[in-house]
Amino acid sequence: MATTGVIMLLFLIVHMAGNLKIFFGPTDFNGYAHWLRTIGEPALHYSWYLWIQRVVLLGCLVAHVVSAIQLTHRDIHARPQRYRSKRPWRATFATNTMRYGGVIIALFVVWHILDLTVGAVNPRGEAGHPYQNVVADFQVWWIGLIYVVAMLALCLHIYHGFWSAAQTLGANNAARNVAFKTIATILALVITVGFLSVPVAVMTGLVS
Amino acid sequence: MNLTLRIWRQPNADAEGQMVTYQVADVSGDMSFLEMLDILNEDLILRGEEPVAFDHDCREGICGSCGMVINGQAHGPERTTACQLHMRHFADGDVIDIEPWRAGAFPVVKDLVVDRSAFDRIIQAGGYITAPTGTAPDAHAVPVPKPDADTAFENATCIGCGACVAACPNGSAMLFTSAKINHLNVLPQGQPERESRVLNMITTMDEAGFGGCTNTGECAAACPKGIPLASIAKMNREFLRATRKAGR
Repeated sequence: MATTGVIMLLFLIVHMAGNLKIFFGPTDFNGYAHWLRTIGEPALHYSWYLWIQRVVLLGCLVAHVVSAIQLTHRDIHARPQRYRSKRPWRATFATNTMRYGGVIIALFVVWHILDLTVGAVNPRGEAGHPYQNVVADFQVWWIGLIYVVAMLALCLHIYHGFWSAAQTLGANNAARNVAFKTIATILALVITVGFLSVPVAVMTGLVS
Repeated sequence: MNLTLRIWRQPNADAEGQMVTYQVADVSGDMSFLEMLDILNEDLILRGEEPVAFDHDCREGICGSCGMVINGQAHGPERTTACQLHMRHFADGDVIDIEPWRAGAFPVVKDLVVDRSAFDRIIQAGGYITAPTGTAPDAHAVPVPKPDADTAFENATCIGCGACVAACPNGSAMLFTSAKINHLNVLPQGQPERESRVLNMITTMDEAGFGGCTNTGECAAACPKGIPLASIAKMNREFLRATRKAGR
Protein backbone atom coordinates (compact mmCIF):
# COMPACT_ATOMS: atom_id res chain seq x y z
CA MET A 1 0.00 0.00 0.00
CA ALA A 2 2.86 2.32 0.85
CA THR A 3 4.78 1.89 -2.42
CA THR A 4 1.74 2.21 -4.68
CA GLY A 5 0.48 5.12 -2.58
CA VAL A 6 3.74 7.01 -2.99
CA ILE A 7 3.72 6.48 -6.78
CA MET A 8 0.13 7.76 -7.04
CA LEU A 9 1.03 10.68 -4.76
CA LEU A 10 3.87 11.68 -7.11
CA PHE A 11 1.39 11.62 -10.00
CA LEU A 12 -1.05 13.78 -8.02
CA ILE A 13 1.60 16.44 -7.43
CA VAL A 14 2.32 16.68 -11.17
CA HIS A 15 -1.39 16.52 -12.04
CA MET A 16 -2.20 19.32 -9.59
CA ALA A 17 0.60 21.53 -10.87
CA GLY A 18 -0.54 20.95 -14.47
CA ASN A 19 -4.12 21.89 -13.58
CA LEU A 20 -2.96 25.34 -12.48
CA LYS A 21 -2.22 26.06 -16.16
CA ILE A 22 -5.93 26.83 -16.44
CA PHE A 23 -5.27 30.24 -14.88
CA PHE A 24 -3.21 31.20 -17.95
CA GLY A 25 -6.21 30.89 -20.26
CA PRO A 26 -7.65 28.43 -22.82
CA THR A 27 -4.73 28.55 -25.27
CA ASP A 28 -2.15 27.69 -22.60
CA PHE A 29 -4.27 25.02 -20.95
CA ASN A 30 -5.35 23.27 -24.15
CA GLY A 31 -1.78 23.57 -25.46
CA TYR A 32 -0.51 21.93 -22.27
CA ALA A 33 -3.04 19.10 -22.66
CA HIS A 34 -1.86 18.60 -26.23
CA TRP A 35 1.79 18.67 -25.17
CA LEU A 36 1.11 15.84 -22.65
CA ARG A 37 0.30 13.64 -25.63
CA THR A 38 3.55 14.48 -27.38
CA ILE A 39 5.84 13.55 -24.44
CA GLY A 40 8.54 11.14 -25.55
CA GLU A 41 8.21 11.91 -29.26
CA PRO A 42 9.79 10.94 -31.54
CA ALA A 43 10.88 7.84 -29.57
CA LEU A 44 7.27 7.27 -28.56
CA HIS A 45 4.27 7.78 -30.80
CA TYR A 46 1.52 10.33 -30.14
CA SER A 47 -0.07 9.82 -26.66
CA TRP A 48 1.93 6.64 -26.00
CA TYR A 49 3.45 8.20 -22.91
CA LEU A 50 -0.03 8.92 -21.51
CA TRP A 51 -1.04 5.31 -22.09
CA ILE A 52 2.09 4.04 -20.34
CA GLN A 53 1.29 6.31 -17.41
CA ARG A 54 -2.32 5.14 -17.35
CA VAL A 55 -1.28 1.49 -17.25
CA VAL A 56 1.20 2.14 -14.42
CA LEU A 57 -1.37 4.13 -12.42
CA LEU A 58 -4.08 1.55 -12.98
CA GLY A 59 -1.67 -1.16 -11.79
CA CYS A 60 -0.91 0.90 -8.69
CA LEU A 61 -4.59 1.53 -8.03
CA VAL A 62 -5.51 -2.14 -8.34
CA ALA A 63 -2.60 -3.22 -6.12
CA HIS A 64 -3.49 -0.51 -3.59
CA VAL A 65 -7.15 -1.52 -3.41
CA VAL A 66 -6.40 -5.26 -3.32
CA SER A 67 -3.93 -4.72 -0.44
CA ALA A 68 -6.51 -2.60 1.38
CA ILE A 69 -9.15 -5.31 1.01
CA GLN A 70 -6.74 -8.04 2.14
CA LEU A 71 -5.65 -5.94 5.13
CA THR A 72 -9.24 -5.15 6.13
CA HIS A 73 -10.24 -8.80 5.76
CA ARG A 74 -7.35 -9.87 7.93
CA ASP A 75 -8.03 -7.19 10.54
CA ILE A 76 -11.69 -8.14 10.87
CA HIS A 77 -10.77 -11.79 11.39
CA ALA A 78 -8.15 -10.86 13.98
CA ARG A 79 -10.94 -9.76 16.36
CA PRO A 80 -13.91 -12.11 15.96
CA GLN A 81 -15.47 -10.95 19.28
CA ARG A 82 -16.07 -7.20 19.44
CA TYR A 83 -15.70 -5.18 22.62
CA ARG A 84 -19.00 -4.55 24.39
CA SER A 85 -17.96 -1.20 25.80
CA LYS A 86 -17.33 1.81 23.61
CA ARG A 87 -13.62 2.40 23.09
CA PRO A 88 -12.39 5.96 23.21
CA TRP A 89 -10.47 6.69 19.99
CA ARG A 90 -7.15 8.41 20.30
CA ALA A 91 -6.31 8.26 16.58
CA THR A 92 -7.10 11.20 14.32
CA PHE A 93 -10.23 11.54 12.19
CA ALA A 94 -8.06 11.04 9.08
CA THR A 95 -6.71 7.73 10.41
CA ASN A 96 -10.13 6.38 11.35
CA THR A 97 -11.71 7.24 8.01
CA MET A 98 -9.02 5.89 5.65
CA ARG A 99 -11.24 3.06 4.39
CA TYR A 100 -14.31 5.23 3.78
CA GLY A 101 -12.18 7.99 2.24
CA GLY A 102 -10.55 5.41 0.00
CA VAL A 103 -13.94 4.25 -1.29
CA ILE A 104 -15.00 7.85 -1.98
CA ILE A 105 -11.75 8.49 -3.88
CA ALA A 106 -12.10 5.25 -5.90
CA LEU A 107 -15.67 6.17 -6.94
CA PHE A 108 -14.46 9.67 -7.76
CA VAL A 109 -11.68 8.33 -10.00
CA VAL A 110 -14.30 6.47 -12.07
CA TRP A 111 -16.45 9.62 -12.30
CA HIS A 112 -13.44 11.80 -13.11
CA ILE A 113 -12.32 9.56 -16.00
CA LEU A 114 -15.87 9.42 -17.42
CA ASP A 115 -16.11 13.17 -17.00
CA LEU A 116 -12.86 14.73 -18.18
CA THR A 117 -10.94 11.91 -19.89
CA VAL A 118 -13.70 10.14 -21.83
CA GLY A 119 -16.15 13.03 -21.67
CA ALA A 120 -19.17 10.75 -21.36
CA VAL A 121 -20.75 12.49 -18.37
CA ASN A 122 -19.34 15.94 -19.11
CA PRO A 123 -21.97 18.62 -19.94
CA ARG A 124 -19.89 19.55 -23.02
CA GLY A 125 -17.56 16.60 -23.47
CA GLU A 126 -15.69 17.78 -26.54
CA ALA A 127 -12.34 16.04 -27.09
CA GLY A 128 -9.36 18.34 -27.53
CA HIS A 129 -11.01 21.20 -25.63
CA PRO A 130 -10.26 20.41 -21.97
CA TYR A 131 -10.47 24.06 -20.90
CA GLN A 132 -14.04 24.43 -22.18
CA ASN A 133 -15.01 21.02 -20.73
CA VAL A 134 -13.69 22.00 -17.29
CA VAL A 135 -15.56 25.30 -17.33
CA ALA A 136 -18.77 23.57 -18.48
CA ASP A 137 -18.33 21.09 -15.60
CA PHE A 138 -18.09 23.47 -12.72
CA GLN A 139 -20.92 25.71 -13.89
CA VAL A 140 -23.14 22.84 -12.67
CA TRP A 141 -23.25 23.12 -8.87
CA TRP A 142 -23.54 19.42 -8.03
CA ILE A 143 -20.58 18.45 -10.21
CA GLY A 144 -18.55 21.04 -8.31
CA LEU A 145 -19.78 19.48 -5.06
CA ILE A 146 -18.59 16.01 -6.16
CA TYR A 147 -15.11 17.41 -6.73
CA VAL A 148 -15.02 19.31 -3.43
CA VAL A 149 -16.10 16.24 -1.41
CA ALA A 150 -13.61 13.99 -3.20
CA MET A 151 -10.74 16.44 -2.71
CA LEU A 152 -11.47 16.75 1.01
CA ALA A 153 -11.42 12.94 1.25
CA LEU A 154 -8.13 12.98 -0.67
CA CYS A 155 -6.72 15.57 1.73
CA LEU A 156 -7.39 13.32 4.75
CA HIS A 157 -6.13 10.26 2.83
CA ILE A 158 -2.81 11.90 2.01
CA TYR A 159 -2.42 13.33 5.52
CA HIS A 160 -2.52 9.89 7.12
CA GLY A 161 -1.24 7.98 4.09
CA PHE A 162 2.05 9.79 3.58
CA TRP A 163 3.16 9.49 7.19
CA SER A 164 1.84 5.93 7.30
CA ALA A 165 3.91 5.03 4.23
CA ALA A 166 6.99 6.41 6.00
CA GLN A 167 6.21 4.05 8.90
CA THR A 168 5.55 1.04 6.68
CA LEU A 169 8.65 1.53 4.55
CA GLY A 170 10.76 1.94 7.69
CA ALA A 171 11.85 5.46 6.77
CA ASN A 172 10.41 6.94 9.95
CA ASN A 173 12.10 7.08 13.34
CA ALA A 174 11.70 9.12 16.52
CA ALA A 175 13.88 11.95 15.22
CA ARG A 176 12.16 12.22 11.84
CA ASN A 177 8.60 11.75 13.07
CA VAL A 178 7.75 15.45 13.34
CA ALA A 179 9.32 16.10 9.93
CA PHE A 180 7.24 13.38 8.25
CA LYS A 181 4.04 14.61 9.92
CA THR A 182 4.80 18.16 8.79
CA ILE A 183 5.52 17.09 5.21
CA ALA A 184 2.29 15.04 5.24
CA THR A 185 0.31 18.09 6.37
CA ILE A 186 1.92 20.38 3.79
CA LEU A 187 1.45 17.84 0.97
CA ALA A 188 -2.19 17.25 1.89
CA LEU A 189 -2.95 20.96 2.06
CA VAL A 190 -1.01 22.00 -1.06
CA ILE A 191 -2.51 19.23 -3.21
CA THR A 192 -6.06 19.87 -1.96
CA VAL A 193 -5.88 23.66 -2.28
CA GLY A 194 -4.26 23.30 -5.71
CA PHE A 195 -6.94 20.95 -7.01
CA LEU A 196 -9.81 22.87 -5.43
CA SER A 197 -8.63 26.20 -6.83
CA VAL A 198 -9.91 25.16 -10.28
CA PRO A 199 -13.59 24.44 -9.46
CA VAL A 200 -13.66 27.39 -7.04
CA ALA A 201 -12.25 29.69 -9.74
CA VAL A 202 -14.89 28.54 -12.23
CA MET A 203 -17.72 28.77 -9.72
CA THR A 204 -16.69 32.30 -8.72
CA GLY A 205 -16.30 33.33 -12.36
CA LEU A 206 -12.54 33.87 -12.16
CA VAL A 207 -12.10 31.30 -14.95
CA SER A 208 -14.80 31.27 -17.65
CA MET B 1 -16.93 4.73 47.13
CA ASN B 2 -19.62 2.44 45.74
CA LEU B 3 -19.25 1.12 42.23
CA THR B 4 -21.24 -0.80 39.67
CA LEU B 5 -19.15 -3.29 37.69
CA ARG B 6 -20.18 -4.91 34.45
CA ILE B 7 -17.81 -7.85 34.03
CA TRP B 8 -17.43 -10.34 31.18
CA ARG B 9 -18.27 -13.77 32.59
CA GLN B 10 -17.45 -16.84 30.52
CA PRO B 11 -17.18 -20.22 32.33
CA ASN B 12 -14.78 -21.73 29.79
CA ALA B 13 -13.33 -21.33 26.33
CA ASP B 14 -16.26 -22.95 24.55
CA ALA B 15 -19.08 -21.29 26.50
CA GLU B 16 -20.96 -18.19 25.41
CA GLY B 17 -19.99 -15.26 27.58
CA GLN B 18 -21.97 -12.26 28.76
CA MET B 19 -21.61 -9.07 30.75
CA VAL B 20 -22.80 -9.53 34.35
CA THR B 21 -23.48 -6.61 36.71
CA TYR B 22 -22.09 -6.53 40.26
CA GLN B 23 -22.11 -3.95 43.04
CA VAL B 24 -18.99 -3.27 45.11
CA ALA B 25 -19.30 -1.17 48.27
CA ASP B 26 -16.78 0.75 50.38
CA VAL B 27 -13.96 0.86 47.83
CA SER B 28 -11.01 2.97 48.98
CA GLY B 29 -9.21 5.25 46.54
CA ASP B 30 -5.90 3.75 47.67
CA MET B 31 -6.87 0.28 46.46
CA SER B 32 -5.48 -0.96 43.19
CA PHE B 33 -7.94 -2.09 40.55
CA LEU B 34 -7.05 -5.73 41.26
CA GLU B 35 -7.54 -5.25 45.02
CA MET B 36 -11.00 -3.91 44.22
CA LEU B 37 -11.66 -7.12 42.26
CA ASP B 38 -10.31 -9.13 45.22
CA ILE B 39 -12.97 -7.49 47.43
CA LEU B 40 -15.62 -8.44 44.87
CA ASN B 41 -14.32 -12.02 44.70
CA GLU B 42 -14.28 -12.44 48.50
CA ASP B 43 -17.86 -11.28 48.50
CA LEU B 44 -18.76 -13.70 45.68
CA ILE B 45 -17.09 -16.63 47.50
CA LEU B 46 -19.00 -15.81 50.72
CA ARG B 47 -22.21 -15.82 48.72
CA GLY B 48 -21.27 -19.18 47.22
CA GLU B 49 -20.82 -17.82 43.70
CA GLU B 50 -17.96 -18.39 41.28
CA PRO B 51 -15.26 -15.70 41.72
CA VAL B 52 -14.16 -13.65 38.68
CA ALA B 53 -11.04 -15.21 37.14
CA PHE B 54 -8.28 -12.79 36.15
CA ASP B 55 -4.55 -13.13 35.55
CA HIS B 56 -2.17 -11.46 38.00
CA ASP B 57 1.22 -12.13 39.51
CA CYS B 58 3.67 -9.46 40.71
CA ARG B 59 1.15 -6.62 41.15
CA GLU B 60 4.10 -4.25 40.71
CA GLY B 61 3.57 -3.51 37.02
CA ILE B 62 6.61 -5.47 35.87
CA CYS B 63 5.46 -9.02 35.10
CA GLY B 64 2.87 -8.41 32.40
CA SER B 65 0.42 -10.99 33.75
CA CYS B 66 -2.55 -8.79 34.48
CA GLY B 67 -4.49 -7.18 31.74
CA MET B 68 -8.11 -6.27 31.18
CA VAL B 69 -9.98 -3.77 29.14
CA ILE B 70 -11.51 -1.23 31.52
CA ASN B 71 -14.16 1.04 30.05
CA GLY B 72 -12.91 0.24 26.55
CA GLN B 73 -9.28 1.02 27.36
CA ALA B 74 -6.54 -1.58 27.80
CA HIS B 75 -5.40 -1.38 31.46
CA GLY B 76 -7.90 1.44 32.04
CA PRO B 77 -7.68 5.22 31.93
CA GLU B 78 -4.10 5.58 33.22
CA ARG B 79 -1.00 4.63 31.27
CA THR B 80 -0.02 1.75 33.52
CA THR B 81 -0.91 -1.86 34.18
CA ALA B 82 -4.26 -2.78 35.77
CA CYS B 83 -2.46 -3.74 38.99
CA GLN B 84 -0.92 -0.26 39.26
CA LEU B 85 -4.16 1.51 38.41
CA HIS B 86 -5.63 2.97 41.57
CA MET B 87 -9.29 3.43 42.37
CA ARG B 88 -8.76 7.15 43.02
CA HIS B 89 -9.07 7.56 39.25
CA PHE B 90 -12.73 6.58 39.57
CA ALA B 91 -15.60 8.34 41.30
CA ASP B 92 -18.39 7.18 43.59
CA GLY B 93 -21.29 5.76 41.60
CA ASP B 94 -19.22 5.01 38.49
CA VAL B 95 -20.24 2.16 36.20
CA ILE B 96 -17.12 0.31 35.07
CA ASP B 97 -17.05 -2.15 32.15
CA ILE B 98 -14.42 -4.87 32.46
CA GLU B 99 -13.65 -7.16 29.52
CA PRO B 100 -10.85 -9.52 28.56
CA TRP B 101 -8.34 -8.72 25.79
CA ARG B 102 -10.24 -9.46 22.60
CA ALA B 103 -8.28 -10.98 19.73
CA GLY B 104 -8.61 -14.16 17.70
CA ALA B 105 -5.04 -15.02 18.68
CA PHE B 106 -5.89 -14.53 22.39
CA PRO B 107 -8.82 -16.91 23.02
CA VAL B 108 -10.64 -16.44 26.32
CA VAL B 109 -9.83 -19.23 28.80
CA LYS B 110 -12.22 -18.07 31.52
CA ASP B 111 -13.80 -14.70 32.39
CA LEU B 112 -10.97 -12.16 32.03
CA VAL B 113 -8.19 -14.70 31.46
CA VAL B 114 -6.95 -15.09 27.90
CA ASP B 115 -4.45 -17.52 26.41
CA ARG B 116 -1.43 -15.46 25.36
CA SER B 117 0.73 -18.36 24.21
CA ALA B 118 0.74 -16.79 20.72
CA PHE B 119 3.26 -14.32 22.21
CA ASP B 120 5.36 -17.22 23.50
CA ARG B 121 5.45 -18.72 20.01
CA ILE B 122 6.66 -15.38 18.59
CA ILE B 123 9.44 -15.29 21.21
CA GLN B 124 10.38 -18.91 20.47
CA ALA B 125 10.74 -18.03 16.80
CA GLY B 126 13.58 -15.56 17.40
CA GLY B 127 13.58 -13.90 20.81
CA TYR B 128 16.93 -15.41 21.78
CA ILE B 129 20.64 -15.00 21.10
CA THR B 130 23.39 -17.51 20.47
CA ALA B 131 25.70 -17.50 23.47
CA PRO B 132 28.51 -19.86 24.46
CA THR B 133 27.89 -21.89 27.59
CA GLY B 134 30.37 -21.87 30.44
CA THR B 135 31.40 -19.05 32.70
CA ALA B 136 29.72 -15.70 32.22
CA PRO B 137 31.80 -13.33 30.07
CA ASP B 138 33.12 -10.06 31.45
CA ALA B 139 30.39 -7.45 31.52
CA HIS B 140 32.53 -5.02 29.52
CA ALA B 141 33.89 -7.53 27.03
CA VAL B 142 31.50 -6.43 24.28
CA PRO B 143 31.28 -2.66 23.80
CA VAL B 144 27.79 -1.35 23.01
CA PRO B 145 27.40 2.22 21.70
CA LYS B 146 25.26 4.33 24.04
CA PRO B 147 22.47 5.10 21.51
CA ASP B 148 22.15 1.38 20.70
CA ALA B 149 22.05 0.50 24.38
CA ASP B 150 19.30 3.10 24.89
CA THR B 151 17.24 1.76 21.97
CA ALA B 152 17.69 -1.83 23.16
CA PHE B 153 16.70 -0.91 26.68
CA GLU B 154 13.69 1.13 25.61
CA ASN B 155 12.38 -1.86 23.65
CA ALA B 156 13.41 -4.39 26.31
CA THR B 157 11.04 -2.76 28.80
CA CYS B 158 8.15 -4.54 27.01
CA ILE B 159 6.53 -6.87 29.56
CA GLY B 160 4.47 -8.74 26.95
CA CYS B 161 1.14 -7.94 28.60
CA GLY B 162 -0.72 -7.76 25.27
CA ALA B 163 -2.29 -4.32 25.79
CA CYS B 164 -1.06 -3.32 22.30
CA VAL B 165 -3.09 -6.14 20.72
CA ALA B 166 -6.10 -5.36 22.91
CA ALA B 167 -6.03 -1.65 22.07
CA CYS B 168 -5.37 -2.03 18.34
CA PRO B 169 -8.57 -1.74 16.29
CA ASN B 170 -7.06 -4.44 14.04
CA GLY B 171 -5.85 -6.77 16.80
CA SER B 172 -2.29 -6.42 15.53
CA ALA B 173 0.77 -7.54 17.50
CA MET B 174 3.24 -5.34 15.62
CA LEU B 175 4.27 -3.26 18.67
CA PHE B 176 5.05 -6.31 20.81
CA THR B 177 6.92 -8.08 18.02
CA SER B 178 8.86 -4.95 17.06
CA ALA B 179 9.91 -4.35 20.67
CA LYS B 180 11.26 -7.89 20.97
CA ILE B 181 13.03 -7.75 17.59
CA ASN B 182 14.59 -4.31 18.09
CA HIS B 183 15.73 -5.16 21.60
CA LEU B 184 18.05 -7.88 20.29
CA ASN B 185 18.72 -6.64 16.75
CA VAL B 186 20.52 -3.45 17.83
CA LEU B 187 22.86 -5.25 20.22
CA PRO B 188 26.12 -6.91 19.13
CA GLN B 189 25.00 -10.10 20.91
CA GLY B 190 21.95 -10.27 18.64
CA GLN B 191 23.81 -10.00 15.32
CA PRO B 192 24.17 -13.71 14.38
CA GLU B 193 20.36 -14.06 14.14
CA ARG B 194 19.65 -10.51 12.99
CA GLU B 195 17.95 -11.49 9.71
CA SER B 196 16.43 -14.84 10.69
CA ARG B 197 15.01 -13.26 13.86
CA VAL B 198 12.93 -10.64 12.08
CA LEU B 199 11.79 -13.01 9.32
CA ASN B 200 10.84 -15.87 11.66
CA MET B 201 9.18 -13.73 14.31
CA ILE B 202 7.06 -11.86 11.77
CA THR B 203 6.06 -15.11 10.05
CA THR B 204 5.04 -16.60 13.39
CA MET B 205 3.14 -13.42 14.27
CA ASP B 206 1.21 -13.61 11.00
CA GLU B 207 0.49 -17.32 11.42
CA ALA B 208 -0.93 -16.70 14.91
CA GLY B 209 -3.77 -14.73 13.31
CA PHE B 210 -2.96 -11.22 14.51
CA GLY B 211 -4.21 -8.35 12.36
CA GLY B 212 -2.16 -6.03 10.20
CA CYS B 213 -0.89 -2.60 11.17
CA THR B 214 -2.72 0.45 9.81
CA ASN B 215 -0.63 2.92 11.84
CA THR B 216 -3.43 4.11 14.09
CA GLY B 217 -1.05 4.46 17.05
CA GLU B 218 -3.56 3.00 19.54
CA CYS B 219 -0.97 0.41 20.65
CA ALA B 220 1.71 2.92 21.66
CA ALA B 221 -0.92 5.05 23.42
CA ALA B 222 -2.05 2.05 25.49
CA CYS B 223 1.40 0.55 26.19
CA PRO B 224 2.08 0.70 29.95
CA LYS B 225 5.82 0.70 29.24
CA GLY B 226 5.79 3.45 26.64
CA ILE B 227 7.17 1.44 23.69
CA PRO B 228 7.11 4.07 20.92
CA LEU B 229 5.34 3.69 17.58
CA ALA B 230 8.74 4.27 15.94
CA SER B 231 9.64 0.72 17.01
CA ILE B 232 7.27 -0.60 14.35
CA ALA B 233 8.98 1.52 11.66
CA LYS B 234 12.33 0.16 12.83
CA MET B 235 11.05 -3.41 12.62
CA ASN B 236 9.78 -2.73 9.08
CA ARG B 237 13.25 -1.42 8.17
CA GLU B 238 14.85 -4.56 9.63
CA PHE B 239 12.33 -6.69 7.71
CA LEU B 240 13.13 -5.00 4.38
CA ARG B 241 16.85 -5.39 5.07
CA ALA B 242 16.47 -9.09 5.94
CA THR B 243 14.30 -9.71 2.86
CA ARG B 244 16.95 -8.09 0.63
CA LYS B 245 19.71 -10.16 2.23
CA ALA B 246 17.69 -13.37 2.01
CA GLY B 247 17.23 -12.78 -1.72
CA ARG B 248 20.99 -12.82 -2.31
